[in-house]
Amino acid sequence: MKVIAQRPKSLTDLAFTYCPGCTHGISHRLIAEAMDELDMRDQTMGVAPVGCSVFAYKFFNCDMAEAAHGRAPAVATGMKRARPDMHVFTYQGDGDLAAIGTSEIIHAANRGENISVFFINNAIYGMTGGQMAPTTLPNMKTSTSPYGRDVADIGYPIQVCELISSLRAPYYVERVSLLSPQDIIKAKKAVLKAMKFNKEGRGFTLVEFVSTCPTNWGMTPLDAMKWAKENMYPFFKLGNFRDKSLEGGE
Amino acid sequence: MGEKVLMKGNEAVAEAAIRAGCRLYFAYPITPQSELIEYMSRMMPKAKGTFIQAESEIAAINMVYGAAGCGKRAMTSSSSPGISLKQEGISYLAGANLPAVIVNVQRGGPGLGDIQPAQGDYFQAVKGGGHGDYKMIVIAPSTVQEFADSASDAFDLADKYRHPIMILSDGLLGQMMEPVEFQPMKTTEEIEELNKQHFDWCIHPNQPEPNHHHHEINSLEIDPIILEQHVIKLGQKYDVITEKEQKWEEYSLNNDNEILCVAFGTASRLVKSAVDQLNTEGFNIGLIRPIRVWPYPYDAIKKAITDNVKKVAVFELNLGQMIEDVRLAVNGKVPVKFMGKVGGILFTPEEIKAQLEEWLQEEK
Ligand SMILES: Cc1ncc(C[n+]2csc(CCOP(=O)(O)OP(=O)(O)O)c2C)c(N)n1
Ligand code: SF4
Repeated sequence: MKVIAQRPKSLTDLAFTYCPGCTHGISHRLIAEAMDELDMRDQTMGVAPVGCSVFAYKFFNCDMAEAAHGRAPAVATGMKRARPDMHVFTYQGDGDLAAIGTSEIIHAANRGENISVFFINNAIYGMTGGQMAPTTLPNMKTSTSPYGRDVADIGYPIQVCELISSLRAPYYVERVSLLSPQDIIKAKKAVLKAMKFNKEGRGFTLVEFVSTCPTNWGMTPLDAMKWAKENMYPFFKLGNFRDKSLEGGE
Repeated sequence: MGEKVLMKGNEAVAEAAIRAGCRLYFAYPITPQSELIEYMSRMMPKAKGTFIQAESEIAAINMVYGAAGCGKRAMTSSSSPGISLKQEGISYLAGANLPAVIVNVQRGGPGLGDIQPAQGDYFQAVKGGGHGDYKMIVIAPSTVQEFADSASDAFDLADKYRHPIMILSDGLLGQMMEPVEFQPMKTTEEIEELNKQHFDWCIHPNQPEPNHHHHEINSLEIDPIILEQHVIKLGQKYDVITEKEQKWEEYSLNNDNEILCVAFGTASRLVKSAVDQLNTEGFNIGLIRPIRVWPYPYDAIKKAITDNVKKVAVFELNLGQMIEDVRLAVNGKVPVKFMGKVGGILFTPEEIKAQLEEWLQEEK
């Protein structure tokens, strides 16, 4: 009998604590599958964020650290420098990475720190109950932007891949989405690439996942997927922003 | 032990940390600790260690968190405003039971303050500083030699208790030069032995089965029942530390002391000269100098208040912080007097002497 769907070894057997239809579960699975396929589990240390995915340190079946809100890239830096022989990744939401942790992510990227960053952009603060995120779309209503995000007052959403790829050091930067089976297949390829580059010691890699938060968007999972395609894609363009393996240089 | 070399405190503590096996150092520049980060930037590469000038003190302490989580001796340093930024990280280190060393070369505050020596961070260091129920062992050196020695002391204590340790110095100790003698450099094998003692809990992948298991570095316990147990355990650790790790110096202490002085760090150096002068003039003044300000040597102070002691006199380079601990120790038995200097200004031994003479006079 052929096994077609099996829980990746790189996930523990704990049940996820995510809401039904939440994309966090999908991105966890992709990372774990990539770890399995690259046979990296025993050489990998991960850093979990503060956010809905705070328990990622229990879900990934490798050595894990739980960082303070936004500090994962600094913690990962300390881990990577302490154990240069190991692979290190962070898993971060948009509040974690693009608000409170902007300084840590930009400087880790700018140092070309040899880590993989998996960035979950769901345009909202999930864990604390749906407040505005730095990636919340213009006019989008949240519990702290009840009249819609007013860009004249609070600015435009931060485009993380664009920002990170303006730096010279990062090796690989790609925005993917988790909004359809085809997108998930593409996302898996990006995760594999990022982890492989890190295994080879090439430098800083970041994969952004355009994700959903059905609970705090107040939608069914399917409606959330549809809404995200219509509203997030225009702002968060999918594609590769940096791939030095294709450049030949550096 | 080698020969004595003349060195600034900031450089001496950096050298001593490397000799004690620290191979990971992360910090952000600030006066008056910059000689420390500069020394590390020169010497860490030679010791085949990691030096990173972090983007902020917050990043630096979190890099320490990551490195310490891997079971390695890691250190950061800063001065007062930067230490405020590290408080979040210190609380996480304590919550996650991680060994680490933090050096504070104090300057005048609050706010940006100035860049002169001060002791205004006493409360922050010994009463918490960050959030939650935690304590740090706080070592308060008073000479460059002690500043250097405190590095290996701090790393040993950090390892022993799996806990962050602070070295509370100030701009004077950091920047003055004094002769100092170093412990020998730990060998690579010795450092590996030190790291091994952490293998049962630290992040340490790639171990052959059955030793390989999923290790977590974490301060989160969302279930209150489990967090309660976790914090109670931390409390038990602090109880053991309180019982075993008090350290103080007794200077000119005897049963006939008329005044008992209490001072730590740089202030205690100045008090010592005043005490010496007065004692040669026929008075009898004693001094207790807490070498560690947490756990605090309450009992040592209590014991030193013999029937002849008329007053306890506290000298600090702040508005009066440690005096609260002295009052707890004295418990109303005799009056507790205070002399402080703020703004990064030091008192002179003459000023201290004049003040003590005035307090002696009151007794006549
Ligand atoms: C220093 C600090 N500030 C605020 C919080 C509260 N907090 C927890 S998670 C979070 C936002 C998480 O949002 P995001 O990173 O987008 O992740 P998501 O929950 O959406 O997956 C906030 C503000 C905290 N834990 N620590
Ligand atoms: S609140 Fe949103 S992001 Fe958090 S688990 Fe639920 S759906 Fe996912």
